[in-house]
Amino acid sequence: MTKSADITVSNVSLRYGSGPKTVLALDGISLDVKPNEFAVIVGPSGCGKSSLLYLIAGLEDRTGGDITVGGAPVDGPGPDRGMVFQSYTLFPWLTVAQNVAYGPRRRGLAEEERTRLVKHYLGEVGLAGFAHHYPAQLSGGMKQRVAIARALANDPAVLLMDEPFGALDSQTRHSMQRLLLRVWDHSQKTVLFVTHDIEEAILLADRVFVMSGRPGQIRKVLPVPFARPRLGDIVLDPAFIAMKREIMGLLRSDEDGED
Amino acid sequence: MSEKPPLSKSFVPYRPISLALAISLGAAVWALVIGGWMLLTYGGRVPEMFLPAPGKVLMTAGRLIADGSLLMHTAASAQVVLVGFVISSVVAVPLGLYMGTYKAVQAALDPLVNFIRYLPVTSFVPLFILWIGIGIEQRVSVIIFGTFFQQLVMIADAARSVPRDLVNAAYTLGTKRSTTVRHIVFPASLPAVLDILRVTVGWAWTYLVVAELVAAKSGLGYISLKAMRGFQVDIIFLAIAMIGILGLITDQGFRLLRRLVAPWAA
Repeated sequence: MTKSADITVSNVSLRYGSGPKTVLALDGISLDVKPNEFAVIVGPSGCGKSSLLYLIAGLEDRTGGDITVGGAPVDGPGPDRGMVFQSYTLFPWLTVAQNVAYGPRRRGLAEEERTRLVKHYLGEVGLAGFAHHYPAQLSGGMKQRVAIARALANDPAVLLMDEPFGALDSQTRHSMQRLLLRVWDHSQKTVLFVTHDIEEAILLADRVFVMSGRPGQIRKVLPVPFARPRLGDIVLDPAFIAMKREIMGLLRSDEDGED
Repeated sequence: MSEKPPLSKSFVPYRPISLALAISLGAAVWALVIGGWMLLTYGGRVPEMFLPAPGKVLMTAGRLIADGSLLMHTAASAQVVLVGFVISSVVAVPLGLYMGTYKAVQAALDPLVNFIRYLPVTSFVPLFILWIGIGIEQRVSVIIFGTFFQQLVMIADAARSVPRDLVNAAYTLGTKRSTTVRHIVFPASLPAVLDILRVTVGWAWTYLVVAELVAAKSGLGYISLKAMRGFQVDIIFLAIAMIGILGLITDQGFRLLRRLVAPWAA
């Protein structure tokens, strides 16, 4: 049942406003994500990486260029592109189980099937015991786990993640990264993940897209050579540190070139 | 630690206080007001014609309850408020939600609504009497006119403050744009909408008295006006107290309703 698609972004630009106040957020950006791939975009804040994700999700309208997901051109939002947001976006009036069942319900799945999906995906994120809690009763990390389960229960072709762990403390963040990799391994979805945390990018990605800002462009694409699972102490590995240094250098030269 | 905290601990900004202290503080203020009233009346400082003693008001209450007239006038008033408030809310809630969600609806309604909103309701009473007479329709119209435009603006505000990413998340889960108000905006603003209804039902009661003072044959405002002509201040007191009690009941009713239909909201 699992489907997985490729993402193609070609020559996409995004312009805000008009006249002299116009801001070019993205300037002719291109990238490809393969089916089942875990791709991470890393870049400084304000470089337009989140905007790019919103364009792929169809939540914003691009000024130019083409985006296709699984070969189909993107025109507006749709359930084939699941998304996990930086802010907490669980529906506060629904229980955890009802939140996870929301997408399947919109698709008109029978209750039996919805119950099965809820059980499966809450199990995947380790929250089987919280089905009848309301979001307000959960911690930040738990909310994002439910958000991941909710996105996956809808069986999207790709999963877009916009700094989903940005608001979490580092302890929770690390366990969330491990959990996400496990879930990704089981579901084999295409993931496009946005972060400003270089270490997070290398730990998670098959390929890291380093992005520079104002206007946003892809500066370099780096395949991550480390075998999975990447355990905690890999961050101390000289090769890991070397890669981190390279990305830092790419981001820093961007800052220097700016002003 | 069974020792009671010193009273000074209760005067720390935002610090919660015990239920016992909360109740005694509320009762103390009531006792102060009634005590002052007794002092003024039983002490003979104010002529009874202007300020009746508490005992006199209670006796009048007993008399009017016994002959059924208090209940009759209260029911007449409550009916007007209820009908006017329900008609107003049934239109204002959905229209306000659409107004807060769709800029086009807002652009169309805002200029007119904001103009009417600042017109005093009282200035329309003569017009309503001329157009629809002095029946219950006139009083209901005053209530609707007084509450509807306020409700509309406040509910539109509540709909506007629904977080954008909540709506975005719904889109990525397959919600259609045409059903966004029903599936997201309505449930997300429900607690705020119930609070707005709770506040505006209080305003409806104030407009009721305005309507009944001018043109009515029954109701609490009507008996107040009649009592004024006969210097029966005790009846005016009674009518005011009834409105206060009914206001308290509706207020608690809406609080209860909010806990029942939106248990997820704090």
